[in-house]
Amino acid sequence: MSQDSILNTKSSNLKTEEMVLNMGPQHPSTHGVLRLELALEGEIINKVTPHIGYLHRCFEKHCEAMTYPQIVPYTDRMDYLAPMGNEFGYAVAMEKLLGIQVPERVEYIRVIMAELQRISSHLVALGTYGADIGAFTPFLFCFIDREKILNLFEITCGARLLYNYIWVGGLSHDLHPDFIRKTREFIKEFRPNLKEINDLLSHNRIFIDRTANVGILPIDTAINYGVSGPNLRGSGFKWDLRKDDPYSVYHKFDFNIPVGEGTYGSVGDSWDRYYVRVLEMEESCRIVEQALDQLPEGDVQSAIPKRIKPAVGTVYARVENPRGDLGYFIISDGSTSPYRVKVRAPSFVSMQILNELCKGYMVADVVTILGSIDIVLGEIDR
Amino acid sequence: MMYDFFVDLFGNTTISGIISGFVMSLIPLFLFILPFALFAVYLERKVSAHMQDRLGPMRTGWHGWKQTIADILKLIQKEDIVAKDNDKLLFNIAPVLTFAGSYAAFAAIPFTSIFIGTEVDLGIFFIIAVTGLVVAGILMAGWASNNKYSLLGSMRSVAQIISYEIPTILVVLSLVMISGTMNLHTLSELQTGYVWNWYIFGGPGAELSKFLLIPSMFIGFLIIYISTLAEVNRTPFDIPEAESELVSGYHTEYSGMKFAMFFLAEYANMFAVSAIVVALFLGGYQSPIGYLGDLIGAKWMIPIEQFSWFTIKGVFFVFVQMWLRWTLPRLRVDQLMTTSWKYLIPIAFVNLIIIGLITLL
Repeated sequence: MSQDSILNTKSSNLKTEEMVLNMGPQHPSTHGVLRLELALEGEIINKVTPHIGYLHRCFEKHCEAMTYPQIVPYTDRMDYLAPMGNEFGYAVAMEKLLGIQVPERVEYIRVIMAELQRISSHLVALGTYGADIGAFTPFLFCFIDREKILNLFEITCGARLLYNYIWVGGLSHDLHPDFIRKTREFIKEFRPNLKEINDLLSHNRIFIDRTANVGILPIDTAINYGVSGPNLRGSGFKWDLRKDDPYSVYHKFDFNIPVGEGTYGSVGDSWDRYYVRVLEMEESCRIVEQALDQLPEGDVQSAIPKRIKPAVGTVYARVENPRGDLGYFIISDGSTSPYRVKVRAPSFVSMQILNELCKGYMVADVVTILGSIDIVLGEIDR
Repeated sequence: MMYDFFVDLFGNTTISGIISGFVMSLIPLFLFILPFALFAVYLERKVSAHMQDRLGPMRTGWHGWKQTIADILKLIQKEDIVAKDNDKLLFNIAPVLTFAGSYAAFAAIPFTSIFIGTEVDLGIFFIIAVTGLVVAGILMAGWASNNKYSLLGSMRSVAQIISYEIPTILVVLSLVMISGTMNLHTLSELQTGYVWNWYIFGGPGAELSKFLLIPSMFIGFLIIYISTLAEVNRTPFDIPEAESELVSGYHTEYSGMKFAMFFLAEYANMFAVSAIVVALFLGGYQSPIGYLGDLIGAKWMIPIEQFSWFTIKGVFFVFVQMWLRWTLPRLRVDQLMTTSWKYLIPIAFVNLIIIGLITLL
């Protein structure tokens, strides 16, 4: 090649090759067994293709072979970071199908459990998010607090991860005599810890640099994809089923719905999605406190039907899980087991926006964005 | 010193040169670097554990002090896995080269006024040059592993180390202008006396220029500390081995003793860069408060005290590195480059000019 032709070679004429990088299923920050196929140009992302199904357990098909109460423990295994929420959703759907009214005390305890679960789930989200970005210490700080919540669940129902606590029409156990005192103690200890996590991570300059203006999700895109939960609220859209489509006794409590405000970047960036979760934990604390104050007396098992055999019909019920709207669509053919159970899993919907969010960012940002939409693979694959 | 001793023993022949060179390199290795690396790994685990409300290793020995020794024994016994498509030659050389690079740097570091591996007049340049071997080792490891994660990690690492060498050298250059020497031993000797003779406080003397230098020296100190953090791949610059993105970067494919060599090199390097910072800015082996040996008239105590001071200062900065690692998140690769090229290098340049003007006074 002569000197002239070298000088005339434009960068656009140079051939570059797209590199395909496989991320997962065994990768430290795909939050489970998710496999991402990244098409890269250097370190810039051209396309992200998620491959799911590594954790598929045939939940929906399995339900058809089980009686209605037997399904409850299996719902635990969907979003394994928020089993109480899953059970709650199933119970709400089934009670709507059966048309039964459960005692007030049951509803209050369910709300307390679901909100504690929301805190514990968000703590995992926060902690792992910090770890994704390289700060490992907040992860363990979060887990210390989560541990206390798991201890509360343990004294309530004996299990620490998969509870089988909220049954159709009632609860498996009443509260432990120490539960109320210990929960109040926990909330008292938790608030300063939350502030510490904020100081250490949320308002850390490097953390902000990594997350602000990264993976911006505009409201219209979010709504078009059907994104819900903290991801939607992070984009600035006030949508929370606890307020907008109240179920159980949520209408009796006073709490706010935090939304993303673009404090450090644009509205709907990773930092907003992250910070909505931080603020939600405080709101959950408020709900738990109010519920503990108002907790009525009563029996928690009086409304549990002896044999569940709903009339022919369908029902759809949805609840606000830590990751978004969790919906159950149940078709009953009049027998003791459902004809069909379909679950609308919030993580499954959230993950679809991944490609939209990652385009044009760097490999390191995939981890940031994936962490900020907070998926649980158990729920995606079911 | 040691060389002279062997020349006395064997006469001035090639044999004596080889033997003394061999012994000279083994002494610091076995007496300092390996035990230090083991200690640093233990320290890292304990520091991280206590920062995270944990206890860390507790079962093997008192507070788990034998844990790292057990870990190294395990690593030595492990199977050496070499994948079929690895470039065997480069794959095997890379860990050795990396370790050699960080180990060779110790040769020019003055531990006391009477012990220095080799007294080279270009001491500090020798260290900067020889730690460049680490870059070659990392690049080799990344390429030879035949793994995309390793390659990405090593490419990032090379870009990072090269970018951060520039601010380091600029700061070193400003010190060379003030002191007029590149010999770390002489530099340490110049800072003799008390704390205020250290270069971070403007160096020896009591002229006006010393006081004018103080702010520039503080800036220089911060710049060199930040850049050395990046050069040893520590958080917030641990991008090459960012475990949440690249699994473990360039040493993903390594196992057993080869992995241990990368690991030990990293910890040895941590001390090496801390030692450079200490020797340049914090008086090297000089005591900040005078020597007990001088006080009671026991001259033989002075080198021991000097060695202790040097180790204490070095380990303190290693501790700060660990402290940062367990507190801060990590930067992204482009932000890392921005930090170096847009902030550190211009600041270091301006600082260099200011120091130059002050020394002209």
